[in-house]
Amino acid sequence: MAKQQKSRVNDFVLKIANVNGTGSASANALIMKTVFRMGIPVTGKNFFPSNIQGLPTWYEIRISKDGYLARSGSVDIMIAMNAQTYTRDLQEVAPGGVLIYDSTWPRDRLLARPDITIIGVPLARMCNEQFANVRTRVLMKNMAYVGALAALLDLDRAVIAKLVEETFAKKPALLESNTKALDLGYDYARANFECPLPLRVKTLNKTAGHIMIDGNTAAALGCVYAGATVGAWYPITPSTSIMDAFKAFCERYRKDPKTGERRYCIVQAEDELAAIGIVLGASWNGARSFTPTSGPGLSLMTEFLGFAYFTELPAVLFDVQRVGPSTGMPTRTQQGDLLAAAYASHGDTKHVLLFPRDPRECFELAVTAFDLAERLQTPVIVMSDLDIGMNDWMCKELTWDATYRPDRGKVLSAAELEAAKTFHRYTDVDGDGIPYRTLPGVHPRGSYFLRGSGHNQYGGYTEDSAEYQQVLDRLAKKWRTAATLVPQPEIRRSRQPTKWGIVAVGSSDSAIDEALDLLAKQGVYADYCRVRAFPFGKKVTQFLEQHERVFVVEQNRDAQLKTLLMAETQYPSSRMTSILHYGGLPMDCRCILEALGQAAAAGVAA
Amino acid sequence: MTSIAKPKIVHSGLARNVLGLTVRDYEGGMSTLCAGCGHDSITASIVQACFELGVPPHGVAKMSGIGCSSKTPAYFLSASHGFNSVHGRMPSIATGASAANRDLYLLGVSGDGDSLSIGLGQFMHALRRNLDMLYIIENNGVYGLTKGQFSASADLGAKNKRGEENRQPPIDPVQMALALGGTFVARSFSGDKEQLVPLIKAGISHRGFALLDVVSPCVTFNDHEGSTKSYEHAREFNLRAIHTDFVPPEEEIMAAYDEGDVLPVELHDGSRLLLRKLANDYDIGNRGEAIEYLRTRHRAGEIVTGLLYIDESQPDLHGANSTIETPLNQVPYEQLCPGPESLAALQKRYR
Repeated sequence: MAKQQKSRVNDFVLKIANVNGTGSASANALIMKTVFRMGIPVTGKNFFPSNIQGLPTWYEIRISKDGYLARSGSVDIMIAMNAQTYTRDLQEVAPGGVLIYDSTWPRDRLLARPDITIIGVPLARMCNEQFANVRTRVLMKNMAYVGALAALLDLDRAVIAKLVEETFAKKPALLESNTKALDLGYDYARANFECPLPLRVKTLNKTAGHIMIDGNTAAALGCVYAGATVGAWYPITPSTSIMDAFKAFCERYRKDPKTGERRYCIVQAEDELAAIGIVLGASWNGARSFTPTSGPGLSLMTEFLGFAYFTELPAVLFDVQRVGPSTGMPTRTQQGDLLAAAYASHGDTKHVLLFPRDPRECFELAVTAFDLAERLQTPVIVMSDLDIGMNDWMCKELTWDATYRPDRGKVLSAAELEAAKTFHRYTDVDGDGIPYRTLPGVHPRGSYFLRGSGHNQYGGYTEDSAEYQQVLDRLAKKWRTAATLVPQPEIRRSRQPTKWGIVAVGSSDSAIDEALDLLAKQGVYADYCRVRAFPFGKKVTQFLEQHERVFVVEQNRDAQLKTLLMAETQYPSSRMTSILHYGGLPMDCRCILEALGQAAAAGVAA
Repeated sequence: MTSIAKPKIVHSGLARNVLGLTVRDYEGGMSTLCAGCGHDSITASIVQACFELGVPPHGVAKMSGIGCSSKTPAYFLSASHGFNSVHGRMPSIATGASAANRDLYLLGVSGDGDSLSIGLGQFMHALRRNLDMLYIIENNGVYGLTKGQFSASADLGAKNKRGEENRQPPIDPVQMALALGGTFVARSFSGDKEQLVPLIKAGISHRGFALLDVVSPCVTFNDHEGSTKSYEHAREFNLRAIHTDFVPPEEEIMAAYDEGDVLPVELHDGSRLLLRKLANDYDIGNRGEAIEYLRTRHRAGEIVTGLLYIDESQPDLHGANSTIETPLNQVPYEQLCPGPESLAALQKRYR
């Protein structure tokens, strides 16, 4: 028996190693939700293969009384359910930790590690004895380890029972078998081990007013609330669940219960080239429309993105970034599309980007994206990633302002067209670089010819340099207007004055948040600017200028955010230091601690 | 897409349609295509068909991609909205436009390069969705704007202007449309206005995807001896299989006909088509035999024209989706947003 660790309540990491396709997802969700309902902050990261059945999959649950949502970087309890990966799973457990395995097949030699506690539960044997059906046996093994954990971690059994009851409310037979499996694990652990372990949970009150939700579901909900009616897409991991969720919500909220008529239209396109085309055709007609995609899809959409920029059509895209280049690793996360999205397409093109940090912001920025796209008459790309999109995050409850009305931008109505003498599509009437537009079928005077070829401010075809440049320069002016309309950055000031700043986007936030707390304890201080949009507004450039050294934290190899800052601000690149994390797993705070710690030791100007 | 503004002169004697508009109200800018281009004849037929049909010009969306054919929407219906998209991608724009506004008359003009090479996928998928639009392919077997390369519709053995022979089999949009379940499949010849105008009207009135492939000779690059898309060749080998009369909803069918001789088809807007067989061996109601007939006649060097197949019973994009009748772009926001109470209730499942 290993040396027992000091008691650690509500602050450890639990990782479940399994085989994909064995139904472990619901068991893992049950553990997470139980902890959550016990009032303890919790987060879950799913590391799954690009495969349907038979390959290794892991689920990592961090329980953090302090509310840190990033990965911690170590594993305290491993549930090793996959013989294929036993060896590496065993290695991953931190000294003093615990490994729980299925002792139906003894693995004494394999499991030898003197510095951790090994707990064997004969999960398969117990389930084989209790359940006749082969598939049930496989599924119930998962529930049995949840039962064992309930005893070992002191999970609230009443909470578990309630959750199981909710899940199987309409399937009493399943309720019975699942409850039985839970009891098997629980009773075995109680009878054979000292329960609970020093690593355990205890009821808190820190999750009230919060929900556990993934970013893709939240983004889809944002599209519903923003009033999007047309969705076009081509299935691609990890964005697919946005459209799945949008469809499910629309079936619930937008389908006439009597007639079955739908107040939405989803088109599963033949490819991403068509998906973005469908979005543009719909938004040209004034419907709010969107497409979810990921890197390879974004690459295919670039021709139309340039077209939309130049013809000034709204469009909303969700790029749920995955690991590139090329097909890359479809089930791993990265922030690798920043440059591809910012300047997508040939010629002088730039696109508005929004950077949500968590599912709640996926919901909020989805709505912002539609408002901005219509206000600015241009594509807006919401830059989510696999970590935000597909993992369950604890975040504040979503709220909705009943007085919200969509900003449809400068769209002329039939009455306005009737009253107007003339209409010209691309003239800068208001001096903000944003022209007025009309929708087909509204009024005879509103008709114009939309074209991706060179056009003058009246919308007519041109090959005249001056006329062409006038339009292009106005688009640059519109871009400057965009910088004043996009969401402002969120700035976290350090408790001590400092000349160090951190700049980051999106899902790096939780790791930075934790790193800053830990660094402050070591007397290392930095301010933090979480950029929420491109183009960068004044506040971002001010933040840069206020700091002698800026650490740019991002999840890609080539420092793409730093490149954007170099290209679009005057801040010298020699004063920027990159902190890069790009292996494909969600970021933890160690790389930030290391970089700032080293810089502090080296006496970098602070 | 250059065009030259045309002065609008309306003579008092000009006929007016049901909307009180004259044919001048359906014209566009002056064409800048080569003199004698087949496309200009199709433009004239579109103008006449839209005028006679009495479609409101501002309710029409003229859709196109890239190429000589895709320039032509500038030459008709100047009071309509136009959308000149990127090469081969017009069908997806049209799909989105239809999804958002099902009341629009979608009138697409494409070419053999735009539809059968770079845009083959989108063209076929719009057809597969039975998107409610008229889709005209102005088919000349050649790339005009890039000066004379063979297109995917060039016939085996056809010669280009430099005398080179095409060695790849052609893609026939009509045969493909039949094979893929097209609900309105027609072919015509740009020089046959008498046939073309009723087909355009029928295609606009059809609910679903109406494919109209029109052989439209390129006078500059493909009108020479040895071309199978030249005026001379098209005139000589045009095999009119079906004659189509278009009868608008407000008109009664005047001409008497014998049953079995003429097949009447009622379209969803109340207009009717009278289809009369010109080729005795053609069976209009049979998709499989239609394909076989086309293949046989094509081997004999003939170009089969007319409304070759029609099926009014299939649902279009919105029929399959059960979309509400009100165009989605006109549904009030209040009917789209579930509101704060629903959001609060929904989130119980995330706790």
